[in-house]
Parts: sequence; C-alpha cells; structure tokens
Amino acid sequence: MEDKDKKIVSLHLKLMPYLEKYGILLLLVIMILVMHILQPDVFLSWRNVTNVFKQISWQSMLALGVFMVIVTAGIDLSVGSIMMLSLMILAVVAKAGAPWYIVVITPLIAGFLCGLFNGLGITLLRMPHPFIMTLGTLYIFRGTGNLISGGTPISGFTDEVRYLGHGRIDLQWLGLEKSQYLPVSLVLIAIVYIIFWIFLNHSKTGKWIYAIGGNPNAARASGINVNKILVIVYSLCGFLSGIGALILAGRTDSGYPNAGLQSELDAIAACIIGGASFFGGRGTVLGVFAGVMIMGILRNGLNLMDVSSFWQQVLIGSIIVLAVYIDVLRRDLGTRK
Amino acid sequence: MSSTKNPLLEAKGITKYFGTITALENVNLKVHAGECLGVVGDNGAGKSTLMKVLSGLYKPSAGSLFFQGKEEILESPRDSQNLGLEMVYQDLALAGNLPIGENIFLGREPTKNLGFIKLLDFNKIKELTNAHLDKLKINVKSADQKVEELSGGQRQAVAIARSTAFNAKVVIMDEPTAALAIKEVGKVLDLINSLKKTGVGVIVISHRMDDIFTVCDRVMALFQGTNFAEASLSNTSRDEVIGWIMGKK
Repeated sequence: MEDKDKKIVSLHLKLMPYLEKYGILLLLVIMILVMHILQPDVFLSWRNVTNVFKQISWQSMLALGVFMVIVTAGIDLSVGSIMMLSLMILAVVAKAGAPWYIVVITPLIAGFLCGLFNGLGITLLRMPHPFIMTLGTLYIFRGTGNLISGGTPISGFTDEVRYLGHGRIDLQWLGLEKSQYLPVSLVLIAIVYIIFWIFLNHSKTGKWIYAIGGNPNAARASGINVNKILVIVYSLCGFLSGIGALILAGRTDSGYPNAGLQSELDAIAACIIGGASFFGGRGTVLGVFAGVMIMGILRNGLNLMDVSSFWQQVLIGSIIVLAVYIDVLRRDLGTRK
Repeated sequence: MSSTKNPLLEAKGITKYFGTITALENVNLKVHAGECLGVVGDNGAGKSTLMKVLSGLYKPSAGSLFFQGKEEILESPRDSQNLGLEMVYQDLALAGNLPIGENIFLGREPTKNLGFIKLLDFNKIKELTNAHLDKLKINVKSADQKVEELSGGQRQAVAIARSTAFNAKVVIMDEPTAALAIKEVGKVLDLINSLKKTGVGVIVISHRMDDIFTVCDRVMALFQGTNFAEASLSNTSRDEVIGWIMGKK
C-alpha cells in the first residue's frame, strides 16, 4: 500500500514540470473539444476558425506587450490608449494623403514613442509603481487621440494599409476552395510570437527581463542596467500596441474614438490566464498565446450558442479567478517557502 | 600570487554621507591575496555601507580605492566585477525563478552567434556551471534546478559559486552564514577556506565569532562609521573582539 502511494507521489513529481509548462494548453484543448461537441457543424469550420484568429489578432499583440511588462513585475494599463492614439495618428496621416508606406509605419513609431514615454516616466520620474505612470498615460494618450481627430471617426484606408488586418492569403493552389483562405493577421501573429519567444528565451536581454522580475536587486548586483531594460520593455510593449493599431485599422477600415477601450484589461486577463505571475519572473510566450486563445474561443463559442454577452463577462471573470487558484495550488506543491 | 607585502585591495579614507547622515568616516581597509579579513561591528556601524562602496554599488563621498596598487574609481558593480572584485550579498542577490547556471552567469552569459544575432549558449552555461560546482565541491541535483527550490545553504553556495566563476581576486561576503542551519554553516566555512587556498582575498562581515575565528586571519572592528580596532587573529580573543563591537577597548 505504501509503495503504491510512493509511486503515485513520484509520478506526480515527474508530471509536475510538464503540467507547469503545458497545463494551460491542456485546458485550451479541452475547451476546443467541448466547443466542438456543442457546435459540431460550425465551431471547427474553416470560416469560424479563421474568424477566431481574426478576432484575437490585435488583442494578441497587446497581450504579448503587457506580458513582457508583467514579467518585470510591472503593469501597463495604457496599451489600449496607445493603440487608439496610434490608430488615430494613422488615420490622420492617411487622410492627409501620405503614401501607404508612410501610413503603415506611423502607428509603429507612435506606439514605440508612447511606450518610451511610459518607460522614461517610470524610471526617470521614479514613479513608486508602473501602475501610476500608465494609469496617467491611459488618460493622456486617449485624450491626445481625441484631440488630434476631433473625437470623430476617420474612415477609409487604402488596401496596402489594410493588408495586415484584412489581407487574405489565397490557398487555391493547394486545391482548397476560395473561401478557405489564410488571414494575413494569423501569419503575423505566428511571426511576432515566434520572434518574441526567441527574444525572451534565447537573448541576454530576454533573460535579464526574467531576472529583473525574479529579483531586481540580483539583477542590479549582477551589473545589469535595470532601468535601461525597463525602458526597452515598455517601449516594445508600446511598439506591439502600434502593431495592434495597424491590424485594427485593417479590420475596421476606420479610426474611431472607442478603439481599444478596456482592452488593457483583456490583455492583462489573457496573461494571467496564461500563467504569468503578477509578482514577476514567471510565465511563457506560449502561455500568453493560450490565454489569448482561451478568451477568444470562449467569446466566439458563447456567441455561436447565442449566450448573452453579460454571461460572457461572468465566465471570463470566473476563469481568471480559477486559473490563478490552480496556479496557487500548483506553486504550493512545487516551491520551498 | 602577488607578494604578501602589497595588499590586493586597499581602501583609504573612505567617507560616505547619506544626506546629513555620516555612514562612514575616514575608514581604511586592506586585504592581501590568500588572506581572510573579518569585519565586525554592531548594527549600523557601517559594515554593509563599506562593502557596498567596495563593490561599486555606492560611490564614496570621499576617499580612494586601490586595487593591486592602482587607484580605481568604481562607477557600477560591473566595474568592480571587471577588476575581479566580487560581492556575495546578505540577501544573496539570486533570482529564484532562474536555474542555478543562469544565476551564476547572470549579466555575463556566454553567447553563440547565429548569423548576426547573438543567442544564449545554454549548453556552455551548463557545462561551465557543472565544472565550476565540481571544483568547489558543491553538490546540487542539477545545474538546471531553480534556485527557489534550494535550501538556504545551497543558495549560499550558489551565491559563492557565482562570485568566483570569473577569476575573482577578492570576494566580499556579507553575513555568509546568517541565514543557515547549523550543519550548513560548516560547509560554507570550508568553502571560504578553500577559496583562500586558491589565492583569493576574502573579506567576511559577520556577527558570529565562530565564523571569524574559524576562517579569518585578521579582524577589524567598525564603530559608528569609523575604524575602531584591528588585530591579527593570533593576537586577540573572542572577548576582546566582542568588546570592540560594543565600543570598548
């Protein structure tokens, strides 16, 4: 009897690292299976799957940016506003008749500069917590966006500008039908996530981002310029929000004042569901992707089943609490206190 | 090994103000190769401040540092590390979320080139870590183990391993045994003794007379931010050193 217990315990110990790494993917697979059983004809159809990816395309950029910030034990509340401001700048520049390659690059630069502003504010002004700086810029950036656009939507972009958010990669050469295309935004998500996965896990700067989240004093004592790394992280977060703006411009063909409203909370939620720790130093790019997917599939699935959006809010909130509670249990088993 | 006459590291007239508070006033310190200097003093005597000046974390308000006879100005911990001056902090300064190997090489990771991008060389980190831990006879399950999974003594050993991974000439340890279980203290003290044998100068800050009298060759006491007393271990006694800590000669 005792031997059997021991075996079970050692099996647990062997499984733990895998569960810690891939547990969230398991949850994602279960969700996909459940949705497939509930909606066998629609859910896994080409049309619906590409729809899900199109819907999560810009959120996935914000979530990835916020994730990097959370790894440093920080927070960025301004990503939704950065995206809106970048989108508005794009719209204004497009309306002014600038060539498409200028229009495409403006939101990226604008987003980067907004993030740089956050990073410099947090480090140079020695804000007690990034929450405060980015709460301030949440208002500042959205206000600025409305100032430059006059608070009204600006619509109508050229096809080149809309390519990332709206473009289709034809797969008819593979013998598929015309409706079975690949959205460009899906390819973009894959490319951006792979680049950032390599950056965070295989570069010095990426390792230092994790080290700062684990113990900023250790990072400082190791000669790492913590403030410089933080400025880089917030700038990249802004840059990713700028990519989000470019995708959104393509999807909606319009710059509008409510763009990205409360999307910072969705981004944070995706990171938390994906296993990132608010205390910093923990979480994976794959986890964030799973977090974004879980939120996207939940919304999509519930829409397919005609569940009211109020229930969606209740469910997403519950999943956040549940995901973190599972994380707490897992950590209790794995770490010395 | 350099001659025993010239100190490896010498601090002259170190003074440090924090606003209106004088943390250190005209403090002198020296350590030779292969020697262990014990620094004692009551809380607030300025021991930790002095160590942070030596490691480049604080800039002294006045005074100068000489390393191997040459004056050096330390702008950051990186400068002191480049000289071969390493610090083991009381709070260990390890990132618990990272594995042992990545902690040892934190900030100085070996990389390999993939085209024009530099990527971390995880195999090399592991290889160097295992070799280094073997050299110091530190036993851990694997270099991939996260530091937060280790015991206090193992963490201290990792911190010491980190300080000596890059040809350190002087290692400064702030309360190296303070957080350890009794059976782990001996291991850490053994480690300090083996460091001395390799010609490293060691500075140990400690409250524990046992530590000082086991590994040190010389002991100096700070009192209210100034040099108070100094003697080689053979010319003093526990009671006398305890008296110095309390400001009695």
